[in-house]
Amino acid sequence: MQATSDEVLIGRIANGDRLAMQVLYARHHVRVFRFVVRLVRDEGTAEDLISEVFLDVWRQAGRFEGRSAVSTWVLAIARFKALSALRRRPDEELDEETAGAIEDPTDDPEMSLEKKNKSVLIRKCLTGLSADHREIIDLVYYHEKSVEEVAEIVGIPENTVKTRMFYARKKLAELLKAAGIERGWP
Amino acid sequence: MNMINKEPERHEIEALLPWHAAGTLNRRDADRVEQALAGDRELARRYDLVREELAETIHLNETLGAPSARAMEKLFAAIDAEEARSPRRKRSLDLGTRISEFLGGFAPRTLAWSAAAAAVAILLQAAVITAVVVKDHGNAGYTVASAQNDKAFAAIRFTPQATASEISNFLGAYKATVVEGPMKGIGGSHYRIRLSDTKLSSEEVGRIIRDMQAESKIVAFIAEASPPSQ
Repeated sequence: MQATSDEVLIGRIANGDRLAMQVLYARHHVRVFRFVVRLVRDEGTAEDLISEVFLDVWRQAGRFEGRSAVSTWVLAIARFKALSALRRRPDEELDEETAGAIEDPTDDPEMSLEKKNKSVLIRKCLTGLSADHREIIDLVYYHEKSVEEVAEIVGIPENTVKTRMFYARKKLAELLKAAGIERGWP
Repeated sequence: MNMINKEPERHEIEALLPWHAAGTLNRRDADRVEQALAGDRELARRYDLVREELAETIHLNETLGAPSARAMEKLFAAIDAEEARSPRRKRSLDLGTRISEFLGGFAPRTLAWSAAAAAVAILLQAAVITAVVVKDHGNAGYTVASAQNDKAFAAIRFTPQATASEISNFLGAYKATVVEGPMKGIGGSHYRIRLSDTKLSSEEVGRIIRDMQAESKIVAFIAEASPPSQ
């Protein structure tokens, strides 16, 4: 049994097919939610945003040209919504988030207990990256986006995608080093 | 141990490691990375670090949970409200979508049950490629002749069971572009594709064509070809 492609679903959505919208939502909403929640760091906001993201998909389906994968298009919409929401946030909330992002993992007593568990430590450091670095790491590793697709979602040149990914990984290595994990790179 | 001697090349390969680990490189780049990893122990060690990061990123994201049913209810309430205010007029589907939907309704095995059905599939596939793939790369045929002569081309025939999306993905993976076709030939319709936007050596062209030929589920025939006549 062959599943209906995302492109066909978008064609049906453009014609007002509510069921096609449900299928597309069921297929992508969890990943889109996780992408947004990693950017805005708030589940309630992320939930509100994915409703808006898919409402935009419903409205704009007729203009989708198929130049990229549907999932890439949806993530680009999600990113735009997430960044707009972040811009609307009061400064004090953003300051708190920035402080959280640059927090020294070694200052966390809980972290010392977890030193034996490298996996947990890597995940902690992944959450401590800046929004730009979290975003690119998630797009490449979790959302399985190619260099070209990341460039399209983030709106930067392909070479910048590679450079940003390199610096995101370098920052992760620095956070790990500060937490006592020396990986011998970079 | 054959380490990569050229530092810029090594740096370039290293930059691709995250995408190689995620399986999102095209065949050509994936081969380059594989060859480099086989001969460079330090690069292979760094690749292990990338794989570790990949595993933990997936783990982290998978623990993030999912939105509640409230998000979907809110979405469809908004859709219903919009439709009540101004119901959208159904647009007629374009030819490519209609044919894609039609073909998508059949499993390849069903289509292959008779020679007549197969002939219909080939005819429709040609229509899809012409309507969708060639249209998507519409500007490709208008480059000047001198520029075209610097580029590499191939004649290709797709298998009857290859779907439009498989063909589109295949061309995307190799960064190839359909510039002409379908053209009647022995065994079915051929297309002329451009293999690269830059000049390639004959060895590189040969390697790409061999790689493409190996994709037997999609490619029935491929050979190097001259640039299209202007």
